[in-house]
Amino acid sequence: MKNTLTIARREIQAYFVSPIAYVVAAAFLAVMGYFFAMILYYSREATMRYTLGNMTTVLLFVAPILTMRLLAEEQRMGTIELLLTAPVKDWEVVLGKFLGSLTLYACMLGVSLYFPFVLTIVGNPDLGPIVSGYVGMLLLGGALLSLGVLTSSLTQNQIVSAVLGVVLIVLMWLVSALGDVTGAPLSGVFRYLALSEHFYDFFKGVIDTRDVIYYLSVIAAALFLATRVLETRRWR
Amino acid sequence: MIHVSNLTKHYGDFQALKNVSFDVAKGEILGFLGPNGAGKTTTMRILTGYMPPTSGTVTVAGYDVTTDSLEVRKRLGYLPETVPLYPEMTVWGYLDFMARLRGVDKRERRIDEAMEKVRIADHADVMIGKLSKGYRQRLGLAQALLHDPEVLILDEPTIGLDPRQIIEVRELIRGLAQDHTVILSTHILPEVSQTCTRVLIINEGEIVAEGTPERLMARLKGAERIFIQLAGADSDEARRLFQSMDGILAVDDKGNGAYEVECALGTDKRPEIARAVVNRGWGLLELRPVGMSLEEIFLKLTTE
Repeated sequence: MKNTLTIARREIQAYFVSPIAYVVAAAFLAVMGYFFAMILYYSREATMRYTLGNMTTVLLFVAPILTMRLLAEEQRMGTIELLLTAPVKDWEVVLGKFLGSLTLYACMLGVSLYFPFVLTIVGNPDLGPIVSGYVGMLLLGGALLSLGVLTSSLTQNQIVSAVLGVVLIVLMWLVSALGDVTGAPLSGVFRYLALSEHFYDFFKGVIDTRDVIYYLSVIAAALFLATRVLETRRWR
Repeated sequence: MIHVSNLTKHYGDFQALKNVSFDVAKGEILGFLGPNGAGKTTTMRILTGYMPPTSGTVTVAGYDVTTDSLEVRKRLGYLPETVPLYPEMTVWGYLDFMARLRGVDKRERRIDEAMEKVRIADHADVMIGKLSKGYRQRLGLAQALLHDPEVLILDEPTIGLDPRQIIEVRELIRGLAQDHTVILSTHILPEVSQTCTRVLIINEGEIVAEGTPERLMARLKGAERIFIQLAGADSDEARRLFQSMDGILAVDDKGNGAYEVECALGTDKRPEIARAVVNRGWGLLELRPVGMSLEEIFLKLTTE
């Protein structure tokens, strides 16, 4: 675990000296501010529900950009040789990378707490759905970042990693549509597998353990696969 | 300290290592000498646990690299061919990261010591991306020394350095040998004679010669080897026959009618050997120069 934190720490430092983190964070917050202002102006409702709902779509693209560098760049620069010959297990490397990106994302969400804060000034929002909404955003973001880590392990090229990440995420986002084609009982399975079917309850103020378990399972599966991909690199 | 036996490595159809075996004793500086693509880096990557071998076993300090990889890695310092550095980190930050990963005690002191050893302390706060090639190489070396490992594996440690820095690094490596075991690779011939206590010459995935630098140089300059496979020959008689021939310096009986003879450089004794063997009525199954002659490798090494 100590090794994981060492790697995560290095990753966070690397984010804060690279322009990508600032550009992505700024874009994320700017878009969120736009949604927030527009929704507030037209709906006159003191809620984060619709803003967060819109941000999930933005997150689809933001997550792979945050993770594209993580393993791809190590492989391109040859620094992966350093990590894999240090007394560190492969999964510690993968988990450290993931935690690094999750920390940056959590910081972005943290800054965006400014919006609900504004709501408490201009109105009287129900804090429960805001808290659960942010928990949902963190879990969804974690799942998307872990998928990004997985695609980053597959290539040496950051752009390829990002594009693969978006494709994988979009496919897993829309997989529920397959359910409409097949009908019951498979439709339930496809709906459960879709990334897009598990965050609405959070935004409404409900934390359903099934949704929590779903996102944690996606994270575990993606990181497990990324570790295996890293291991197979040794066999080439 | 290091025991390698029957190591082979395939990359698809390409055989990068063919049955390589050698041992390294504690305190030795072993030099891998060979042209580019000979299998030096592959061997080192297997030793460090970065890649598993296709077959064969490697033990370092008594631990097997495939089954006890983590134990081996704890005892190794490794400088890969392309120095693995993060350009956005400072020299100190990078060494601190590596020290944490390796679980080094008294981190700050060890980092300072390593920086002193490779003379990079005055660049502690410089971004790695701004370092010159020589400083990068030294930083890579500092990283390998950080945890005072029992075994150091250095892939082309002097590449890209200027002549003065090369001398410094060689002195540094010689100084390390007292309490470390060192394996270094190079494709520069003089390097091994100046740094190493023992040399392995490796070519196309095979060890073609082994010995102290002095003995190898002597051999490199004076001999050619021929492999002979006989059928129906009396082994003592054949041996005597070869020994009696002019220009044959040594005869090596490999058993089962196989011999390797060493001839003076620049002479080709094959026609004579063939005639003599046929005159005795023995079957001559095989007669060929052994692989690439050392002379050729020597040329390749010195011209590259």
